Amino acid sequence: MGNFWTRYKRNHAAVFGLFVIALIIVMAITASFLYPEDPFRLVGKPLSEPLTNGFLLGSDSLGRDVASGIVHGAKTSLLIGFVATLVSVFIGIFFGAFAGYFGGLIDDILMRVTEIFQTIPSFIFAILLVAILKPSMSSIVIAIAVVSWPGVARLVRGEFLAVKNREFVQACHTLGMSDLRIMLWEILPNCLSPIIVVGSLMVATAILIESGLAFLGLGDPNVMSWGFLIGAGRTMLRSAWWVCTFPGVAILITVLAINLIGEGLNDALNPRLKERQ
Amino acid sequence: MTKSTKIFKYVGKRLLQGIPIILAIVIINFFLLNLAEGDAVDVLAGEAGSATPEYMAQLRKKFGLDQPLPVQLMVYLKNVLSLDLGYSFRHDMPVNELIFDRFAATGLLMTSTIILAVGFGILLGLLAAMRLNTWKDAVITVFALITYATPLFWVGLMMIVVFSLNLGWFPTSGMTNIAAFYEGWDYVVDVARHLVLPTITLSLFYLALYTRMMRASMLEQYGQDYVVTARAKGLTERRITYVHVLRNALLPVVTMAGVQVGALIGGSVIVESVFAWPGLGMLAFESLFARDLNLLLGIFLLSSMLVVVVNLIVDIIYCFLDPRIEVN
Repeated sequence: MGNFWTRYKRNHAAVFGLFVIALIIVMAITASFLYPEDPFRLVGKPLSEPLTNGFLLGSDSLGRDVASGIVHGAKTSLLIGFVATLVSVFIGIFFGAFAGYFGGLIDDILMRVTEIFQTIPSFIFAILLVAILKPSMSSIVIAIAVVSWPGVARLVRGEFLAVKNREFVQACHTLGMSDLRIMLWEILPNCLSPIIVVGSLMVATAILIESGLAFLGLGDPNVMSWGFLIGAGRTMLRSAWWVCTFPGVAILITVLAINLIGEGLNDALNPRLKERQ
Repeated sequence: MTKSTKIFKYVGKRLLQGIPIILAIVIINFFLLNLAEGDAVDVLAGEAGSATPEYMAQLRKKFGLDQPLPVQLMVYLKNVLSLDLGYSFRHDMPVNELIFDRFAATGLLMTSTIILAVGFGILLGLLAAMRLNTWKDAVITVFALITYATPLFWVGLMMIVVFSLNLGWFPTSGMTNIAAFYEGWDYVVDVARHLVLPTITLSLFYLALYTRMMRASMLEQYGQDYVVTARAKGLTERRITYVHVLRNALLPVVTMAGVQVGALIGGSVIVESVFAWPGLGMLAFESLFARDLNLLLGIFLLSSMLVVVVNLIVDIIYCFLDPRIEVN
């Protein structure tokens, strides 16, 4: 663990990314203290410029506080990003592990399915799923997970293929361990490093997909999100540039920080892959 | 067997492989259609304002909606194979006609985007790799990192604020100036002016992607044995880079350009709805608002097929680019 941190620390950008994400997480957790009012509430003069009428980042056409929306939206983005990634990593491990471990017909079938999901244009598929399931936090998580698992499945399959014939696995077979136990407790822990790296980058992609869906009006109508703020502000682009601008900056900073962390994790967990920047 | 007959056979084989994928996508489409609340008859009844249950049952019978699911699936497959993607009740037009009307606009946007993104991506990646660890490399890497993290729709809106509203260089939306009725050359110039901002917006993300990939690919090639051999023969660095390394480094970038077509279609939904560019993406956005599921599913199906076709084309190009690849 100490070794891990020493290697991670060497990537200064990654340390910076971690710091930024920590700040955003704190912001999301303390949202209700920072802005106790509901972010959808009309709290002041509409279309106030930033730093006027008591608005740090201005207000939108209905007099909602942009800064409050950003702070509350952080919760939504981070939550959906993490949960959707967890679900899709789970699906990916399931498909990849079975395909890689058993091989043969099971591998063929599972990989065909993966290929089909990889071919389908993912963003349109996500739009369709949310539109059909009706927009809500859970339907957005499902849609993002359904379109993002194939990459993990391929990665896990490759790792399983590489490890399954190693001596320690053969020893487990000789000891009479069940297939499931070997897969979960013996092989999977050996594949965790690349899964963690890919997973961290998937959080960033998930946040981008979520913001795109919310921008198109497919966000959960009861939850404030960055994409929603931008979508709602675009009609007033001419008179109130700040409504769209600041939530976008929030997305950019968050996604950038997560990508930096992903690169740091890659350096720390897969030191041999370092030259492959 | 000569190379050309081999490639011919390979194309045939890949076409056959594409068929089950397309079939699977059609089936997924069918189940999505059934997953949705209410069917076409509910929509029609809703449109009409009122309908008796008897009339609705009669309509269901007419559309075959009272049949068991497998039968409906067969009918749906047959319809899709004959390019009948259903009827859009909002537009009062068959879905395939609507889609083909909008296809040219999206095709134009995507072609210009691919040219811009791949072209500049290769150029910037090459530059970064040649000037490794200098300020140029650093600037290009940071630029790629930032654009990689920026939501497309936000870039589009910021472009509108800066270049349309403040500077007035380009129009904010649409594909043509409706009031002007341009003809001939003026029309081309008008469309080109409308095309600039959407193209730049849609390219940025892919530009970042290709830049990073080209840089990595160049660096990987520089480490190969043949480069050492070339140096030992006394070739200039220039010649090594442009004649030997560049050609090999291009291969993964070409593959990536094919793989990314699906993502590009998704991106065009966002960009077209930001700039009101009258293509398939805008149509998808409109159908989303009108709850026009038939239309949305039609667009989804067609774009999936497009990805299959483009992947096939890229595979074929690849055969020609890399003579080592045995087509078997």
